[in-house]
Amino acid sequence: MMFNKKLIASAVLAAATAFSLSAHADEVNKITGAGSSFAYPIISKWAAAYKKATGVEVNYQSVGSGAGIKQIIAKTVDFGASDDPMTVEDLEKNGLTQWPLIMGGEVIVANIPGNKQGELAISGPVLADIMMGKITKWNDPALQKLNPGKKLPDLAITVVHRSDASGTTAIFTNYLSKVSPEWKEKVGEGKTVTWLSKGNLGGKGNEGVASYTGRIKGAIGYVEYAYALQNKLPYMDMINSAGKRVAPTMANFAAAASHADWEHTPAFRVVLTDQPGDDSWPITGSTFAIVHKDPENPAQVKAVLDFFKWSMDHGQSEAKELHYIPIPESVEKLIEASWAKNIKLK
Amino acid sequence: MATPEEQLILHRQLQAKSSGVLLDRIFKGSAFSFAALVLIVLFGIMLMLFKEAWPTFAHFGFGFFASAEWDAVNNKYGAIIPIIGTLVTSLIAVVIGVPVSFGIAIFITLMAPNWMKRPVGIAIELLAAVPSIIYGMWGLFYFAPWFANSVQPIMTDTLGELPVLGQFFQGPPIGVSIFTAGVVLAIMIIPFIASVMRDMFEIVPTTLKESAYAMGSTTWEVVWKVILPYTKAGVVGGIILGLGRAMGETMAVAFVVGNSLELNTGLFYPGATIASTMANEFNEASGLHMSSLIALGLILFIITFLVLSIAKWFLMILERAHQGTST
Repeated sequence: MMFNKKLIASAVLAAATAFSLSAHADEVNKITGAGSSFAYPIISKWAAAYKKATGVEVNYQSVGSGAGIKQIIAKTVDFGASDDPMTVEDLEKNGLTQWPLIMGGEVIVANIPGNKQGELAISGPVLADIMMGKITKWNDPALQKLNPGKKLPDLAITVVHRSDASGTTAIFTNYLSKVSPEWKEKVGEGKTVTWLSKGNLGGKGNEGVASYTGRIKGAIGYVEYAYALQNKLPYMDMINSAGKRVAPTMANFAAAASHADWEHTPAFRVVLTDQPGDDSWPITGSTFAIVHKDPENPAQVKAVLDFFKWSMDHGQSEAKELHYIPIPESVEKLIEASWAKNIKLK
Repeated sequence: MATPEEQLILHRQLQAKSSGVLLDRIFKGSAFSFAALVLIVLFGIMLMLFKEAWPTFAHFGFGFFASAEWDAVNNKYGAIIPIIGTLVTSLIAVVIGVPVSFGIAIFITLMAPNWMKRPVGIAIELLAAVPSIIYGMWGLFYFAPWFANSVQPIMTDTLGELPVLGQFFQGPPIGVSIFTAGVVLAIMIIPFIASVMRDMFEIVPTTLKESAYAMGSTTWEVVWKVILPYTKAGVVGGIILGLGRAMGETMAVAFVVGNSLELNTGLFYPGATIASTMANEFNEASGLHMSSLIALGLILFIITFLVLSIAKWFLMILERAHQGTST
């Protein structure tokens, strides 16, 4: 009994302290965010480091880009994160503003017996034809032409895609729409699209696509770079918009990000696919952070901006460790200028 | 005149009776409200599904049920592929699952030596308790590759050559398909059906069975002419329980069905079911897309309801036929 009384007393005391803490409106010690699962690993890593450095807790829920946008519109979180940037009209309508928070590359993985990483190359239009089911065998002349001297097998191609709606698919189909007019007309771009190739296969999440591609002979799929590395899947080189053959490397992802025209695109609405530049990797994407321009609780949004400023300044090595591309310094300046211009903190 | 003692006893009896009446009333009332709650919840779910699905029905009309197009980019939705996927996978599950369950239940109740009955019975109930995601992962990592390499080529080479029927046994050798989903579902529903059947078979009075044996019946005749007619309501109930689970199963199916919204006659092609489509696309859907997913849910609800009604109707006919022969 004594024990119980003590327990209750301490619980009451704890509740009282918690209440008095939250009573200080200016002292923010917890911010919440939700959205992109692509950005989840890096945000949670930054959050841990940020808590150690400043004591502020960042609670991020990996619920998917679309759900993240819904939650920031409904004001249930302090910031949202989406791999698919919102349109300028949608941002205006909901009183929101966005900026890129991290970037990453997508790679084409293929399971062809005897094929090693980076041994084969593929171009955008050929990739679109494969994904539409127009090219059905690995020894197709179009593929053979891109890989002179390589012996390609007489093996059926199985297209593997995401079964769940995802930002990864949005970036991939955005790229195919840019390089193939036929793809743009017949399929288009989006988080879920209608796949046309016969016997196409949907895997859940990056890990689902990676596991199907790894297991099924002749499979081709698209995954984020880190998943290809983790699963030791043979990825392909690509022919970029400058007509050069590039390998998926951090340097080439970064090249795509730096060649993009961030300065003149409203609301940073740059999709990093098919960017110019000799060394740009063609399928690069970024995740965007979204907050309210005129927030009900400015202190919370100020804390969000502090967190992202800190992560741009101190989180570069962590980003590289996880195979993300940090925001280039020139872009960081643009982002901070847009904060000052767009977000009312008083 | 009653003595004071007698009066006291009478009084106490009356008191006991009235409190008994009160308790009885409370019991009746609460039992009724629990039963009513089920109806209210069911009706509420139906209403909510219908309200949320209405934009889709208003937009596509009857075309929603007849169209095979599912295109989120152009906001065009049709339910036919997931509906067929759900029906076909469940049908495969029942066709495989029912005979196997029947065999298991008969073996446990009639043939197994006593020391085996309990362990086998418990093992079946444990199988029913395995989470569906475990079946899904097993299906994906072990069953699908084995099936693709060892069984599917043989089936395609033999059954696939048949006229007309052959087209159902075509498809790429990748192991995840409508057929694989059906087989995994069969394994998942066997424990349910088998344990219901076993419980049913066990309540058949021993005298009935023994009389039949005494008349010179074989085991098969006892099963077919005594046990089954005696337990048919329960047996059909068990099958319906299994079928309901097969139609609504989500996780395991999403792992092994291939998640492809294209229409194929071949059972070895990847496909999709209502539940797997909803699970895959729910996260990122909005507007008409979300409404169409909820409309799919409503259709699943209605299909389940129809199947149940048909089963009840079927039972009623059986019952009547039985009465007709016995009088």
